[in-house]
Amino acid sequence: MPCINPEGKPTETGKKVLQALRDNGLCSAEKVAEVTGVALFRVRSGLRDMVEAELVELVEDKYNITEKGIKLIE
Amino acid sequence: MEENQATQVSLPRLGDKAPDFDAVTTHGNLKLDDFKGSWIILFSHPADFTPVCTTEFIAFAEIFPDLQKRGVELLGLSVDSLSSHIAWARNVEEKTGVKIPFPIIADLSKEVSLAYGMVHPGQSKTETVRCVFIIDDKQVIRTILYYPLSTGRNMQEILRIVDALQMTDANGVATPANWNPGDKVIVPAPNTQEGAEERVKQPDYECVDWYLCKKQL
Repeated sequence: MPCINPEGKPTETGKKVLQALRDNGLCSAEKVAEVTGVALFRVRSGLRDMVEAELVELVEDKYNITEKGIKLIE
Repeated sequence: MEENQATQVSLPRLGDKAPDFDAVTTHGNLKLDDFKGSWIILFSHPADFTPVCTTEFIAFAEIFPDLQKRGVELLGLSVDSLSSHIAWARNVEEKTGVKIPFPIIADLSKEVSLAYGMVHPGQSKTETVRCVFIIDDKQVIRTILYYPLSTGRNMQEILRIVDALQMTDANGVATPANWNPGDKVIVPAPNTQEGAEERVKQPDYECVDWYLCKKQL
């Protein structure tokens, strides 16, 4: 996973994505890519993994950080 | 048996929708859909830790910023394992100072390479040949290049093709032989007698005859 390591912790890219969601609220993948400077394909892939890990939730076509996600970057 | 072999060999053609994939890469699991909206150069190489491939990876890394400026992502592929790809990319950086900035698909199952027709049994039954698929932002295959195992690819030609495709899409023109950015382009030939008569009178066109006219963009 590009955003979560095998120990279940966010990678540097993962932290950037989670922080972007924490600081900007509900965001599209495109907005996260713009804010973080991470390539859009990596953001899309990372968000998919983080939804599966319940760090992020998909609300229609946008993403929101969960309580579990916030705890991981505190 | 023959039928089985026939179904395994898939050769996508220009204008086809690029085959979908869901692949393990050095940048995590990636799907074709993750690249939606970007152009992609998907290329295969025969094997990690081999000399020609190493020179090509360095060369691809060197044109990576030029591709990014053109909205193009790079994606490598071979049938080696993920560990092999990671070790090779680290070795290239350690020995040459060149960081490999793009993901590499570890296609051990050959699922992607067979879908894209990257294994040419006449060259090698086990390795992928040197394929280049240029896929546009609508995920349509626009160019396919095949190079044999012994011949490294020409990065300037790959950049030139991307430039030509993006320029012709934007301007509805075509490019002559050996075209490079800044050169005159070909205006589509008229398809009526009247159009042909008008074409040769166009003052800003350089015409050999009605069907072969160039203009400066």
